[in-house]
Amino acid sequence: MNSFDSIRKRIGRRSLLQGLGAAAIGITFTGALAGCEKKEAGKASTGEEPKLNFYNWDTYIGETTLDDFKDTSGIEVNMSLFATNDELFAKLRAGNPGFDVIVPSNDFVERMVQADMLEQLDHSKIPNFANVGAAFKDVAYDPGRKFSMPYTWLTLGIGYRKSKVDGVPDSWKWLFDSDKYKGRISVLSEAGDMFRLGAKYLGHSVNGVTPELVKQIEAMLIKQKPFIKAFHEDNGQDLLLSGEVDLVLEYNGDIAQIMAEDDDIDFVLPKEGSQLNSDTLAIPKGAPHPENAHAFINYLLDAEAGKKIAEYILFPTPNDAAKALMPADYRDNKVIFPTAEQLAKCEYAAYDGKMQPIFEEAFTRVRAA
Amino acid sequence: MQDWKLNRALFASIASAPTLWLVLFFIVPLGLVWLYSFGTNVGLTEIDISGTFANYARALEPLYLGIFLKSVWIAGLTTVICLVVGFPVALAIVFATPKWRPWLLLGIMLPFWTNLLIRTYALMAVLRTEGFANQTIGWMWDKWSGLMTFAGLQPLGDFTPLPLLYNNFAVVLGLVYVHLPFMVLPLYAALDRLDKSLIEASLDLGAGHVRTLLSIVAPLAAPGIISGIIITFVPALGAYLTPDLLGGTDSQMIANVIERQFKRANDWPFGAALSFLLMYATFIAIAFQAMKSRQAERRQ
Repeated sequence: MNSFDSIRKRIGRRSLLQGLGAAAIGITFTGALAGCEKKEAGKASTGEEPKLNFYNWDTYIGETTLDDFKDTSGIEVNMSLFATNDELFAKLRAGNPGFDVIVPSNDFVERMVQADMLEQLDHSKIPNFANVGAAFKDVAYDPGRKFSMPYTWLTLGIGYRKSKVDGVPDSWKWLFDSDKYKGRISVLSEAGDMFRLGAKYLGHSVNGVTPELVKQIEAMLIKQKPFIKAFHEDNGQDLLLSGEVDLVLEYNGDIAQIMAEDDDIDFVLPKEGSQLNSDTLAIPKGAPHPENAHAFINYLLDAEAGKKIAEYILFPTPNDAAKALMPADYRDNKVIFPTAEQLAKCEYAAYDGKMQPIFEEAFTRVRAA
Repeated sequence: MQDWKLNRALFASIASAPTLWLVLFFIVPLGLVWLYSFGTNVGLTEIDISGTFANYARALEPLYLGIFLKSVWIAGLTTVICLVVGFPVALAIVFATPKWRPWLLLGIMLPFWTNLLIRTYALMAVLRTEGFANQTIGWMWDKWSGLMTFAGLQPLGDFTPLPLLYNNFAVVLGLVYVHLPFMVLPLYAALDRLDKSLIEASLDLGAGHVRTLLSIVAPLAAPGIISGIIITFVPALGAYLTPDLLGGTDSQMIANVIERQFKRANDWPFGAALSFLLMYATFIAIAFQAMKSRQAERRQ
């Protein structure tokens, strides 16, 4: 049952199957543990009951991180998993069901701040913020880091199979505007990402997409659609690894994970530039254990803890102190850490409530065409 | 013995729990979604129930109507294939020996023991380019090619894997696979009740097997066929996991569009309007069917 194992192992952090399976297991285990814990329940050093509800992506924390945190602080972390930012948002939209720490991406930090769903962070309780790299200390999506701490960052690019592709496919052209790799391409099913990257290919900023430009990109994608094999949901690395397609639009960390298993796979950040994302740690309004939440966020930003997380999830870390502890093949990995000049062409996508439905409808038209 | 319907107190006490359950967890949430369908988004999390019909107007635009029609076509095709495949299966179970029958029925129900998601992923492992189906066909192709060379003929060319996954074929295959038990079980129930002496009489009186099947078995099993069609068609129409995982770039069905409204597009009112249009259409179809069957009964 080789290929079935491989599906389970390689699907990225946004995988549905693994998410569901692990969530079910997570519930059983943490439920049982919480039951045992009750007898000796006292108070954590923060003065709250020693519990914390963490809502995270799948395979997105170090293997021992939660246990290590419990050893140092006595706080029991109960982790549940979500598969998309939309799922996170939908769950918190009608009120916080009891989460203390969540991991929204940068555009959702903006969205949730606008919707008044996040608690302000008290920086005096997060001294490890000093470990964070300069580029992440003050960001446009959260000026002054009032609501979020950087956890990882990532960038979209092209993962490809070296033996099946001519040279390095270093342009979005090969995905969006060419029949050269007909039937061997898979792109993301996320409407916003597709249209923003389409704009990037046409020489615009990812944040300056106008309705007219959407029309132009829509026409380009409809023309390109017959050459595209599938729209995937962040499991492009699985399609690439299984030989289903030879070029995928994916996150660098996801491709870095499978490059460790298959030498024939590589990743390129297209020359037109790309879109940056950052996943962050935040405390939702109505969190039952805000003190514990601060302690936990501070712990995750610790150098040693950050190193253990980065070792396991292989996404770029914004934590300079943790990065310094990592081996050279991580620090110097051009896939995980693209060069400064490449990054200069990349931008964070700001949340735009007006454009989102327009992207969605245009992408629905592309799919229906 | 007293009619149980006359014992009001007993009836009320038994019925209250399920009624409460139904009202609390079905009618009320559904009512809320129905209200949302007349609402407008204000801000990111608030919905103002303004009584507007704009969501419905938008849902009836050609773009969404086209997706509706496509979904009806895919669900219809699925239902027809399920009927054609399921009918002989149900007949075979009915005519199987009593020793075999429970095992065959178990075989039909066995897939229900596995989660739909797992079954769909298993199907992906079978259908993908380097999956089990293509591997098997490729192996046979090579053997056959070898055999032809052995016989002194021109060998076949290299085997090109068939595109089995990420297209509409995969979606219909997946839907048929998932919904077949829904068709077989009501058909079995209907055929099992059938008086077998009628079939013998028909054959004795000179009708062929096909004629017997079409003029005796099919009309008598009609209620089972109709309920099989309905409980296959309705969930197939609302399928979203199968087209999402097995479908290609043009395989979206209306449920995928609805899902995206509730999640990515964050447009609950429009999503609610789309889902209720789907429900209205289903209700109308079922009501129409009920009316027809009542007319047919009256004619008899």
